[in-house]
This record gives sequence, C-alpha cells and structure tokens, in this order.
Amino acid sequence: MRIGIPGQAVAPAPPGVGWRAVIDPGHAVLGLLLLAILAVFVVWPIAAVLGAALVEPDGGVTLAHLARFFENPLYIESLANSLRAGAWVVAIGTVLALPLAFLVARYDFRGRTLVTTLSTLPLVLPPFVGAIALTQVFGRAGTLTLLVQDLFGIHVNLMDGLRGVIVAQALHFFPFIFLTVAAALMNVDRSLEEMGQTMGAHGWRLLRRVIFPLVLPAYAAGALLTFVKAVDDIGTPFILNVKNMLGPQAYLRITTVGRDDVDGYVICVVMVAISIACVGASNWIVARREYATLQTGARASGLPTRLVGWGAIGALSLCVLVLGASLLPHLAVIVMSFSRVWSLTYLPSAYTLGHYAEIFLRAPRFIVNTLTYSIAAALLGVVIAAATAYLLQRGRVPGKAVLDAVAMMPIALPGVVIGVGFLRVFYPMTLPGTETSLASTGAIFVLAYMVRRLPYALRASHAALHQVHGTLEDAAAVAGAPRTRAFRRVVLPLILGGVTAGGVLIFITSAVEFSTTITLVSRIEQSPLSYAIYIYSQSPLGRGAAAALGVVAIVIVAVGTYLANRLSGRSRMAFTL
Amino acid sequence: MNVTAARTGGPSPLEVELRDLHRRFGDTAAVRDLTLTIGPGEFFTFLGPSGCGKTTTLRMIAGLLLPDAGEILFDGRPVTTTPPWRRDIGMVFQNYALWPHMTVFENVGFGLVERRVPRDELRRRVDDALRLVGLEGLEHRLPSQLSGGQQQRVALARAIVVRPRLLLLDEPLSNLDARLRVQMRAELVTLQRHLGITTIYVTHDQEEALMLSTRIAVLHQGRLVQLGTPRDLYEHPADVFVADFLGGANFLPGTVRGRTGDALVVALDAGNGVATAELHASASRHTEFEAGDRVTVCVRPEALELVPDRGPAGPNLLRGRLRLVNYLGAVMSSEVELPEGRVLRVQVVRPPTDMPLVEGAPVALRVAPEAVLLLRPPASP
Ligand SMILES: Nc1ncnc2c1ncn2[C@@H]1O[C@H](COP(=O)(O)OP(=O)(O)O)[C@@H](O)[C@H]1O
Ligand SMILES: [Mg+2]
Repeated sequence: MRIGIPGQAVAPAPPGVGWRAVIDPGHAVLGLLLLAILAVFVVWPIAAVLGAALVEPDGGVTLAHLARFFENPLYIESLANSLRAGAWVVAIGTVLALPLAFLVARYDFRGRTLVTTLSTLPLVLPPFVGAIALTQVFGRAGTLTLLVQDLFGIHVNLMDGLRGVIVAQALHFFPFIFLTVAAALMNVDRSLEEMGQTMGAHGWRLLRRVIFPLVLPAYAAGALLTFVKAVDDIGTPFILNVKNMLGPQAYLRITTVGRDDVDGYVICVVMVAISIACVGASNWIVARREYATLQTGARASGLPTRLVGWGAIGALSLCVLVLGASLLPHLAVIVMSFSRVWSLTYLPSAYTLGHYAEIFLRAPRFIVNTLTYSIAAALLGVVIAAATAYLLQRGRVPGKAVLDAVAMMPIALPGVVIGVGFLRVFYPMTLPGTETSLASTGAIFVLAYMVRRLPYALRASHAALHQVHGTLEDAAAVAGAPRTRAFRRVVLPLILGGVTAGGVLIFITSAVEFSTTITLVSRIEQSPLSYAIYIYSQSPLGRGAAAALGVVAIVIVAVGTYLANRLSGRSRMAFTL
Repeated sequence: MNVTAARTGGPSPLEVELRDLHRRFGDTAAVRDLTLTIGPGEFFTFLGPSGCGKTTTLRMIAGLLLPDAGEILFDGRPVTTTPPWRRDIGMVFQNYALWPHMTVFENVGFGLVERRVPRDELRRRVDDALRLVGLEGLEHRLPSQLSGGQQQRVALARAIVVRPRLLLLDEPLSNLDARLRVQMRAELVTLQRHLGITTIYVTHDQEEALMLSTRIAVLHQGRLVQLGTPRDLYEHPADVFVADFLGGANFLPGTVRGRTGDALVVALDAGNGVATAELHASASRHTEFEAGDRVTVCVRPEALELVPDRGPAGPNLLRGRLRLVNYLGAVMSSEVELPEGRVLRVQVVRPPTDMPLVEGAPVALRVAPEAVLLLRPPASP
C-alpha cells in the first residue's frame, strides 16, 4: 500500500518488505489468530444467544419472542424488580458516596488514605460472600436488628425480599460512585473554582454553577456502572433467595426448562440491552468529559484543607460509619465461619473450627477447582490481552478497531449471558472420541472466566505498554536486535509488572465469579468455591462452611489486590473500573 | 568535502546516498524529492525548523521507516529495505531512548550482546566507550539516577560502542541546558573527528549546524532548499528562507535598474514619495539578474556600517534614524528606521565614537557592494 505523489513518477515499492511496511505479515498472522480465538469464545456465544432469541428456525428475524416476554407477568415483574433494585442501589449509593467523596477530595484528615484504600475493597470482594452473613447482621434476628430493638424498641427487618438485595448491593457497590466522583473532584482545577468566585459565585451557587457541571459526568459514569453491576450480580439474589429478578429468571429458565427454551435467551437479550445501554451511555459521557480534564496540564489544584479537632473527628466518623456498614457483612462472614451456635444473640454463643475442617479436609475440591480454573484463566487471559494490546498499539495491520471492539465486548455482557452462550455453543459438542460434552469439562470454566475478565486484563496491558515509548524498541532495533529479540529484551521486561497485575486481576475476579459459574456448573465435583458457597448456604447446617469458603475467597481477593497494586505501581482505579 | 580524519581502527567510514526519497504521512509530505550524497567521514547536518522532515529523513536512513519511493545506498549498495539491525549503525534519539530497566553498563553493552561479543571483550569495550564520553564509575546506575547530560552521554556511548560505520544523531543536544549544550557540542565534534565515523546530525539550531558540520542540508517543508558548506550557506544563501534561517538578515524589496561597470544597480522600493535609495551590488556575483527584475535585497546586520549622517548622498548609503540601541560590550546591536518606515537591524563591532548614539539620532548606514546580496523574491502567496 503506497501513496503516490500526484504529478510525479514514483518508483515501485521495493518487494519483500517485512518490518515497517503498512501491513506486517507477522502482525497479520497474530491478528488473525487473536480474532479467531475471540470469534469462537466471544462472538459465537453471543451470536448464539441472540440467534436463539431473535431468529426463527427458517432463518428470518423475529421479534415475536421478545413481544411474548412483555406479555408474561412474571417476566414483567422480574424486569421491574431488576430495574427498581438497580435504581435504589444507585440512589442509596449516591447518598452514601457523595458526602464521603467531597470530604476525601477537599479535606485532609487523619485516616484519609485509609478511607480511600478501604473503599476499594468492596469493589473486588464478591457481593454474594457478604450476603451470606447479611441475614446474620441485618436479618430478622440479626446482630444490628437486635441491637436496634434493644436500644430503641423498634424491629426492622432490612433483609426482607427485594429490600435485602438492595441493601446488600448498595452497601457493596457505592464505592464505584465514591471513587469516580472523588477522583473528578480532585481533578477539578482549583483555578476554575477561583475564577467562579472572583466572578461572584459563592457557596451553593458556586457548587451549582461551577462544580456540578465539572463533576456530573464522572458521577453519571459511576452511577451507570453501579447500575450495570447491580443488574449483573445474581449471586446476591440467589443467596438471599429472591428469584423474581432478570438474572435468576434467565438462569432458571435455561437450567430447569431446558437449553432449547426460547424464553431464557429472550431474558438474556433484555439483560444485554440494559447493560449495553448503560455502558454505552457511560462511555459517551466519559468521552464528552474530556473538555473538563483538558486543563489538567498545569493544574494548580490546591492542597486539600487540613481538618483538625472536631472537624477531623467528624469526618473520620462519617467515613468509618459508611465504610463500616459496607465492610460489616464481610467481617460477619469471618465471625460466622468460626461459629457453632449463633442465634438470637449479638455474637455466636459457641465457636468451632469444624467449618474449616469441612472445606479443607472433607471437601477440598472446591478450593482446588477454584485455584485451577482461575490460574489457568489468568495465564490464558494475560497472553491474549498482552498480544492484543501490543497489536492495537504497535501493530501494522488493518482492522485494529474490530479487534479492539471484540476484545472489549465482554465488558457489556452480564455473566449469566456469557454462561448461557457458552452452554448453547459448547453443550452439543463432545470431546473427540468420547461422549463427554465440552460444556461439562473444567476447561469451559477457564475459557468463560478468561472471556469475562479479558477487558480488564486488556486495559492493564494497554496501560503497561503505553509507558514503553516506541523509540525504546527503535533503539533496540538500531543496536542490532531483531524484532523478537527487541521484544524479549526491552518490551517484555518493561510491561511484565503491569501485565502480571492484569493476570492477578483475572485470577481474583475469576476466583469469586458467580453469575457465569452457576450457569455452567453441571456436576458438583467440578464446582468452584463460589457455587459451593451457594449450595452450602442453602442449608442451615452448611452456613458455617459457606462462611469459611467466603473467608477463603476474601483472603484470595485481599492478597491478589495487594499483589496487583504492588506489581502495577499505578493507581488502583485502573484495575477496578 | 571528504574529510579523511585520522582513524582509530575499526571499519572504514561509510558513504551514504539518498536518491529521490519520498515519504508521506496521510496528507503531509514529510520528505519529498530528496537526493544527496554524504561522503565517508563527513559530519553532515540536516538543518531546518521543526516539522520540516529531519527526523523522518533520519529514520529512513536508519531503516526505522520505509520511504514511499526512492532509494538509500550505503557504499553504493541499496539498503532501502534492509532492517535496522542489519545496517550497522549507531543512533542517538532525541529523547535518548535509554532502556529504563537496564543499568548504564547494560544499556551500553546491549548492542554488543546482540553481536555475540565475548564477555571480557564486551566489558573492555563498554569501559572504553564510557571513558570516551566521560562516564567512568557510573556503570551500575539506572538511567533514572542520571542527570540529563549524563543520559545524553550514555546514549552516545551506546551508539558508538558497536563501532558503527554510520552515526545518526537526532537533535541530541536539544534537551540540555544552554551551558551544557555548548560544552557537549565541542566534545561531540572532537569525538567525531577522533573516531572518523560518517555522522549525520539533525538539528534546528543554526549555530550548532554552522559550528559542527562539514556540510549542511537545509530542509524546508520536506524539500532540500540548499546544500553546502557552512560558509557557502552563510555567504551565498540560495533564498530568503535560508538567509533568514542561517544568521538572520535584513530584507528589502527592489528592482534591478541596470549595470554600471562591475556594479549592478538596484533601486529600493520607496514608500510615501521618499526619494529612492540606490544600492550597488557585485555584478559578477549576480549574473542571473537583468534590468527590470524584481529582487529581494539581503544585507546581514554585521555588513552595515554606522556612519554620521552628513556628507553627500550616494549609492550604498541609507539614511535613517537610530531607534534602538543595545550596547553589549564587544558589539552593539541597534535598529535603524528608514524614512519609508522600514527597520533594519545593525550589528556594529566597534561603535563609532564621532557621533551621538542615542535613540532618535539621525544616522546613515553604509554597505559594501560585495555585501549586498540579491535574491529572487519569495513567490507571493
Ligand atoms: N508518524 C507520523 N504520523 C503522522 N505525521 C507525521 C509522523 N511523523 C512525522 N509526521 C509529520 O511529518 C512532518 C515532518 O516531521 P518530522 O520529520 O518529525 O519533522 P522534524 O524532525 O523536522 O521536526 C511533520 O509535519 C509531522 O507532523
Ligand atoms: Mg524531529
């Protein structure tokens, strides 16, 4: 592909040019390989779901199934419940997050860093783990319920039905709003604010005219993300036994009525539509926000005001209260994992190590499965993500936009939908020479986890590679290193930390993945710990073991988060949003 | 032109030939029609303002970028499609491009490892290179622990340690502060003469180019506008752009009137009914002009002599008013406003003592015919 110069005779392009040509054959092969992998494991499952819901057996597109969805009272109720729960989660999350964000962005006080650090924890801790203990804390005979009753004489059961799901998710997801808004507030150029002041805007007016317009996009993006997460999370409804929501309904249709039941796929399509609408809106808002962050070049963002005395105590108390409420369920899980008898009392009345004996000695396979699947998914994901990021940033191939779009697609796909799509595509296939379905092998978990978290790993790889200036590779080439040598000696060592951090991220999120897992599990022997937590938590006797598995999940996540942050050396934000 | 400096061993220096190189980026033609030959051992400079295509040219010579059309020859052999790692070159990048995860020693030794040089020889050669650039003792530092000047030296050591046959330098001094720049400039020229490597240097700094180069190619908007020795370029600029870019000059529009003896008479355009001033230029130097031609007269600030405003009017004498006086000790730079409003920059080495040098004083400017340079007027847009 040469561009001729008008009006001038141009010598023909030299043949056999590899390096530097517009299309690099090596890059093209790699690109095709990646596209093929993504086509099989991302595009095909999604296409299968869409096809099942929207295509007639004779090949024509139909909206008839979709129309039937809106005639079924149960589905309408589920849709309404999901949307209502999402909206409430965002509303409660906003009330919890905004004051905290403002405090942290504008004031300095003892414990401020601890607040930001702790607030990232719920983002990686699985919500359904907290949900195991929620009833124990907020339920009919929960610790806080009893406390409130003894102190004030009122009895409120927060965990009743849908309300329980909302409370659990709001406490869990509000940091998404908190972190985006706090980051935006810290980024608002103080000089813009001062300009507003010199032009006569004070107090409320300043807030409304200057600060809101600058922070609103970040808030909107965070709120939409929270909404998506809430709709996507089916672990919490399952653990709390709320079935009339979209996610649980999709799962139930497919697993109880059968893989050929159209309704399950139709529900998936509705979920995907909600998710894509929110992610799309969020991306659009963030893209439009650029104008607000353009001025950050020589930012004179003043130092936060230092709070002392009562002000500091007040600020810290507020933070501790909100974060405490959010982390309380997870603390309760730890207590629960050691409790033998815990009923109608603030704290357990008898303790035991028996639950740990159960999960480590009697039934260790859940943990073993989790580690196997997650590590494999992480390794696979890292290789694919790093190769994709490299091609996208440095590749000399056409069609990079397609590769990017496909690799980022899973970010807008609910976990249930990925699971359902995998079932639809791979269940009918058998391992060569056997009767075993591909969908009942352990490998299916590995692939599904990898696909689900690929966008996050890709972002981590992008960030890492972005810091390796192209001239570093050029310098190696000039110094005598052919391309692969230059990659090995210069690029790889420099991106290893960031890329590994992306791998750790795949590992921890896969270790606590629930939505896809529950859809794919066909035999209990293959189950990873997230599904086992659900199974244990369904019987009163198993609750302790569920909590113990929950503690294992928390430990995996905590250690992983720490590692990812150490490895990447960058702000946590890059890895959680 | 072919400097044959004393060599300290190593392979013979390279001759580089560019034939009709073209390179576009989308709609911008970064380099067009570039044809020239760089002799063995030369210190050759591409000079031009930012964005004129210098880096693009250098990257094509390095093999990091493929020309859209044209050929590059090393010692007569076409290398247009040879990848950089087989070109046997050393290069210093504008941002140095030191590998941040390697120590100084590893950075410098990188190319030798690729060339499978045995360990003890590698050690010796890296040490030699570091000594040559004055960096002994810093082998185990990381690039982030070095100052800008030290990083620059590492980049230079890394480029020369492989004993390349061609050294490419892309604005290597532009990130240094002024004092260090002057010092490094001197060291660079000593080093190059010592090694005798053919060197291609890229800069936008005319002073650097004039001081370092055996020859300079001036680029403007991707085109070669003039090629010559520093002295050629300064004394015989091909056009207004080169004259202005190299050293700066006063430009006055005029018309050729005719020839008297060895003098070509030029009438300067007059403004507002003021009497037309005449300048005589050397006719033998400007054979390409004839009566009636429009010209741009170019006079260097130091070619103008400040004289008292008395005595008879005559050719090569311009009257005006002193507008600005900057006394700088050894030299005095000032501006003189001509009656029609044009302002000339004047640089005087020994200010005359027989006249008042205050702003507003009437003065006359004299210029020798040999110092009057006639150029084609730039094509009006
Ligand atoms: N990779 C590129 N993509 C698009 N345009 C480029 C690229 N590299 C250079 N250019 C353009 O080509 C012209 C010459 O650039 P360059 O060779 O870098 O100039 P110089 O080094 O003289 O400052 C400029 O207009 C620049 O914008
Ligand atoms: Mg440049």
